[in-house]
Amino acid sequence: MITLTHYLILTGLLFAIGLVGVMRRTNLLMLFFSTEILLNAVNIGFVAVSKYYGDFTGQMFAFFIIAVAASEVAVGLGLLILWYKRNGSVDLNSLQMMKG
Amino acid sequence: MYEVIAFYIFSILTVGMFGIVVMSKNALYAMSALAGGMIFISGFFFILDAEFLGVVQIVVYSGAIMALYAFGMMFFDTTRDVSEKMRSKKIAYTLSIISAVLIVAILCMPLVSESIEASYPAMENVGNIQMVGLILFTKYLVPFELAAIMLLVAMISGIVLASKKMDEHLAIEEDECEMLKEGK
Repeated sequence: MITLTHYLILTGLLFAIGLVGVMRRTNLLMLFFSTEILLNAVNIGFVAVSKYYGDFTGQMFAFFIIAVAASEVAVGLGLLILWYKRNGSVDLNSLQMMKG
Repeated sequence: MYEVIAFYIFSILTVGMFGIVVMSKNALYAMSALAGGMIFISGFFFILDAEFLGVVQIVVYSGAIMALYAFGMMFFDTTRDVSEKMRSKKIAYTLSIISAVLIVAILCMPLVSESIEASYPAMENVGNIQMVGLILFTKYLVPFELAAIMLLVAMISGIVLASKKMDEHLAIEEDECEMLKEGK
């Protein structure tokens, strides 16, 4: 039988994968992908808790997270395209222009 | 029994797909693997009796967001391998420790929340989609409207950011070409 703990372990695993991506990647597009992984991992956790406690608040929260992710991608990709046109690279190191 | 089999199959597939996203050097492979992972995550939602969220996951994530990424990647050079230099190890170690603590906290959550009570318990004879509608349009009506405004703002900003500079950029490029020709 699958319990809540199974789902929480899976959530932790996926969240860890996303964090590895955020730490390992320096390409901004890949950082966006890793952020999506983080949001999806949290979504699974919310829905699992919602199911096992018989409460719908978790599903509502997951719903709003999806809305936030959609708008984040729209704005982020716009900024990324702008930066690529100006700089010719989406590497994180190209953003370091405030070195003291 | 089927639930167990489905859970393990979907877990392995999701972890594998997201592993490819994190490890792959090719941006196109990473994007395809991410789309696959999103589809498999909707499988979890269907197992958990959240059909509406499962459908929303497929439509919004695999449909809209992945299409947006695909369009965005047309602006970048995707055939080239992503070259990445490692940053300082100190930041990576600090973040690893913080994330490890975070994961322990996540996994300990059921222990401290034993006495939790459902504020919106599932009603009998009411399906998932009906229940979602009932709660979304009563208790969460204001956040729902705010989400709509947020999406509108994001859409407008996306259009402005991605398209307004397009003409300028092309104009600058032509100017630069002319200047180069004149210079030579």
